[in-house]
Amino acid sequence: MKRHSFRLYRHYVALNIRSSMQYKSSFMFTILGQTIATVSTLLSLIFIFQRFPVIKGFTLNDVILCAGIVQLQFSIAEMWARGFDRFAVTVRRAEFDRILLRPRNHVLQVLGSQFELSRIGRLIQGIIMIVYGVIKAQVNWTFLKGLTLFNMIVCGTLLFSGLHMIRAGLCFFTLQGLEFMNIFTDGFREHGKYPLSIYGDKFLLICTIVIPYTLTQYYPLLYLIGKRTDWWLPWSPLPSLLFLIPCWLIWRIGVRHYQSAGS
Amino acid sequence: MKKYFSFFRLRLAMGLQYRTAAIAGLVTQFFWGFMLIGAYRAFYESNPSAFPMSFQAMVSYIWLQQAFLAVFITWRYDEDIFTMITDGGISYELARPVDLYGMWYAKNLAMRLSEAMLRFAPVLLLAMVLPHPFRLGRPASAAHFFLFLLTMVVGLLLTVAFLMIIYGLAMKTISPTGVRLFFPAIVEFMSGQIIPIPFFPEKLRKIAELLPFAGMQNVPLRIYSGDLSGTPMVTAVVLQFFWLLVFLGIGKLLLSSAEKRAVVQGG
Repeated sequence: MKRHSFRLYRHYVALNIRSSMQYKSSFMFTILGQTIATVSTLLSLIFIFQRFPVIKGFTLNDVILCAGIVQLQFSIAEMWARGFDRFAVTVRRAEFDRILLRPRNHVLQVLGSQFELSRIGRLIQGIIMIVYGVIKAQVNWTFLKGLTLFNMIVCGTLLFSGLHMIRAGLCFFTLQGLEFMNIFTDGFREHGKYPLSIYGDKFLLICTIVIPYTLTQYYPLLYLIGKRTDWWLPWSPLPSLLFLIPCWLIWRIGVRHYQSAGS
Repeated sequence: MKKYFSFFRLRLAMGLQYRTAAIAGLVTQFFWGFMLIGAYRAFYESNPSAFPMSFQAMVSYIWLQQAFLAVFITWRYDEDIFTMITDGGISYELARPVDLYGMWYAKNLAMRLSEAMLRFAPVLLLAMVLPHPFRLGRPASAAHFFLFLLTMVVGLLLTVAFLMIIYGLAMKTISPTGVRLFFPAIVEFMSGQIIPIPFFPEKLRKIAELLPFAGMQNVPLRIYSGDLSGTPMVTAVVLQFFWLLVFLGIGKLLLSSAEKRAVVQGG
């Protein structure tokens, strides 16, 4: 059964990729647009750090590494959880009825309904920034540092995906897109390019307890760039997975509450 | 003139319908402002003497930027115009007994104004009652405030005039994708929407202040707090008017030449 689901998901993804490849020029332009946006973000960071070489203990290279990691987490989530991100449309068109009728897992089907390959531009830029940051910030590779980076990327991606899932779960009640939820996804991508500690201790605490952003960004980053060496830091992203429980519950409650809309 | 005013009024009424979107936008902008100030505070604390503006001026800059986002944002187009250009619907526009430039200008102006009208007051009111150092300060003087209002209006007119050039180019090339992507990215950076122009390196800053894009956000927002004052302020205002006339001229020429040999796509 498990293997079966995986094969089905792979099939969904292949279908989506094939369909987006039908519009090649639009695909290229989307990627170009993302590149321009990344370049202007990088340029602004360079200008800022020319003036302030060290901000609350972090250098330009640290921040590029941090921004790259957050960008990668965000873009993988945007790619594979796009079905949740755009769920308002699915609910409004009553397409969720079809999903309920099929004898397969709902979550799997929603995930498979959309796969945004065009986000690959952001993903590649994220990787480039990470590589640049790793080389320039002189990260001495050890097995544990590799593990830290891996944990950050996996858990951060799942955190973003969980937020998309909450948004989708709430759509069952509002039938509308919830734009304020962008604060938690796009907002963190944008403002999380700096390690969250620069915003002050209180903010750091909120971003650990309410939504565990710091566990996938600030704390493991300290280990990665060698600022701290506590043994638990490589594992610090893992507790953030607990956040997926409320996300899943909100989704479940939403599904139970679903009344078909549209015709 | 009356015709253009009614285009303006219709579009304005349409825009004012989207209240839910406005509330969502409001929350987002407020949050954005808060986070930006948080980041700039960290920069300031790391070396106050390297900070190119007073911190109070920076806070005003950010709140005004968030409050009037819809006025200056370069990525907001009238999508209908691009659709018309690509699917041939433009023939209906050309058949109307009105000037294309005037009609599109009025519509775009109204679109921006309606969005800004729903949003700016709540953002500013909230920003004025926040605790220090997040609070939006008062304008530097009555004269600065007056000039701020004036340059805001000119800045809006300038931004719309710039959009008209984009529409003109799109009409000439029939494929809007390229132009709509490149130009706004440059404008966004050079008008100080990503970081304020005073944060640029010295040479680039001097160039940026002469370019038309400075008038599309940087000038009014810095006049408010008195960060731009005296002779540089007068120069900036004169430049802003100058570029407005130039952009209006270019846009008008571009549109009328595109109009003469318009290619109508579709069947």
